[in-house]
Amino acid sequence: MQWESVIGLEVHVQLSTQSKIFSGASTAYGASANSQACAIDLGLPGVLPVLNEEAVNKAIKFGLAIDAQIADRSVFARKNYFYPDLPKGYQISQFELPIVGRGQLTILLENGTKKTIGVTRAHLEEDAGKSIHDKFAQYTGIDLNRAGTPLLEIVSEPDLRSAQEAVAYLKKLHGLVRYLDISDGNMQEGSFRCDANVSVRPQGQAEFGTRAEVKNINSFRFVEKAINFEVERQIDLIEAGGVVVQETRLYDADRDETRSMRSKEEANDYRYFPDPDLLPLEISANQIASIRGTLPELPDAKRIRFQQQYGLSESDAAQITDSKEMADVFEQILSLGSKDAKLVANWLLGEVTAYLNKYSQEVQNAPIDAKLLAGLFIRIEDKTLSIKMAKEVFASIWSGEGTADEIIDAKGLKQVTDVSALEALVTQVLTDNSAQVEQYRAGTTKVLGFLVGQVMKLSKGQANPQMVNQMLKDKLDV
Amino acid sequence: MILDPEQLYKIANLAKLEIAEDTVQPLVEDLSRILSMVEQLNGVETEAVWPMAHPLNATQRLRQDRVTEPDKRTELQSIAPAVEDALYLVPKVIE
Repeated sequence: MQWESVIGLEVHVQLSTQSKIFSGASTAYGASANSQACAIDLGLPGVLPVLNEEAVNKAIKFGLAIDAQIADRSVFARKNYFYPDLPKGYQISQFELPIVGRGQLTILLENGTKKTIGVTRAHLEEDAGKSIHDKFAQYTGIDLNRAGTPLLEIVSEPDLRSAQEAVAYLKKLHGLVRYLDISDGNMQEGSFRCDANVSVRPQGQAEFGTRAEVKNINSFRFVEKAINFEVERQIDLIEAGGVVVQETRLYDADRDETRSMRSKEEANDYRYFPDPDLLPLEISANQIASIRGTLPELPDAKRIRFQQQYGLSESDAAQITDSKEMADVFEQILSLGSKDAKLVANWLLGEVTAYLNKYSQEVQNAPIDAKLLAGLFIRIEDKTLSIKMAKEVFASIWSGEGTADEIIDAKGLKQVTDVSALEALVTQVLTDNSAQVEQYRAGTTKVLGFLVGQVMKLSKGQANPQMVNQMLKDKLDV
Repeated sequence: MILDPEQLYKIANLAKLEIAEDTVQPLVEDLSRILSMVEQLNGVETEAVWPMAHPLNATQRLRQDRVTEPDKRTELQSIAPAVEDALYLVPKVIE
């Protein structure tokens, strides 16, 4: 039977405020345990939460960017459950009246088509603290520094049909929160976390199957693996005559599997009610208009501009504008004297991305920058460097050996484009390889590659291969 | 509305309350009476009424995003039953 997977994602984004959503404690990452957990975060008796203006503004900014309705009136609710890293016994969240209503996000699929993914809602809530289970034999240690950090929970419609689509949506969302500067998006530090609701159904069936919620997915790679595992598990289960039960499952990256979290089952009754400590939040049209005025150029608009202004293909433009930092580097390079936008795009998506992935780095903190790259690309454009030489120079720039020009000088890497110098080499190769010349003239034209290789060898790799190719042809074809 | 013992146990479990067996029947009766009293609200016509999220006719004041709380860990941890390496200790809980 052909199966179709149906996936919806819940993404928790930590908003990059200075202080917590309901208290004046710092949200800085990595501080000494419990040094940023005040009486409000600890839920001591008699304290009252006061809402952080900036958390509200960042949520509105996100809503506007996905074309969602911003609620003129939204309400905070208590989500009740017991866990030691939730000192109050409830999480302040939003339930019936979230701040951001229905919106949408368009993703570009691998086959080049676009797909619009619905965003059901986004609401403000507080993060919980951290439980440390492996430090003490008898106890669990609790660090409440994270308790009260503002979160925006973004819930998608079940519009995603494969793990690849889920990753594309997640990357798009990640790029968007970075563009909007509402979160640092750091997945290692937990600023951008994802739960996936996964179900399967026979191809063509209208009703959804029973879904399982997969938690604890904290990298793009794991999202794909966790969803694929869960889809396979459900298909195998149904095909073996079993039924999928609605449950919460935890993804274990070390074992690449999901497993049931039974303890979550009975607790799945949160008894939400409006939080009496917080009044309804009203947002005026003026406030929305003024925030709209602060929106930067967003990825889709930037992609279209890059296609029009620089003649990039849709796919190249989309990949470059996925990340604001990459898009900025692209434009900086072109403003620093490099002229060939297509060449710049190819390098950024090829060699540069390969190095970033290899060394697990982001473009903004890599050992290369727009200035160094522009210096390299200018030398490709003026034909000082062949592509092969440029890759060598790039590797040296990456390892901190200097600018392109410094490395070219130090290594004597200059492409020979002087016609008379090349003529001499070409003539010599033709004289030395009369057998191949005869073969070529007898119709075995593929020996041309061999002859080009001989010239390149003679020039110690510095001859311009396109010129050598043309000159050899000119001489052989007479 | 009549609450049955099974529902009582479920609520108690969610609230992490232990219910002694001999208190089940009186509790079921008390809670059922409370529910019946509140049930009268179901008879009120609310079609044109906005759900009230808060009894005060006011809206939420916002705070500027500034760090105003100093580190009072020592003070706060002095009232905690068990602390080690700056962490609050609780009985082992693990998924």
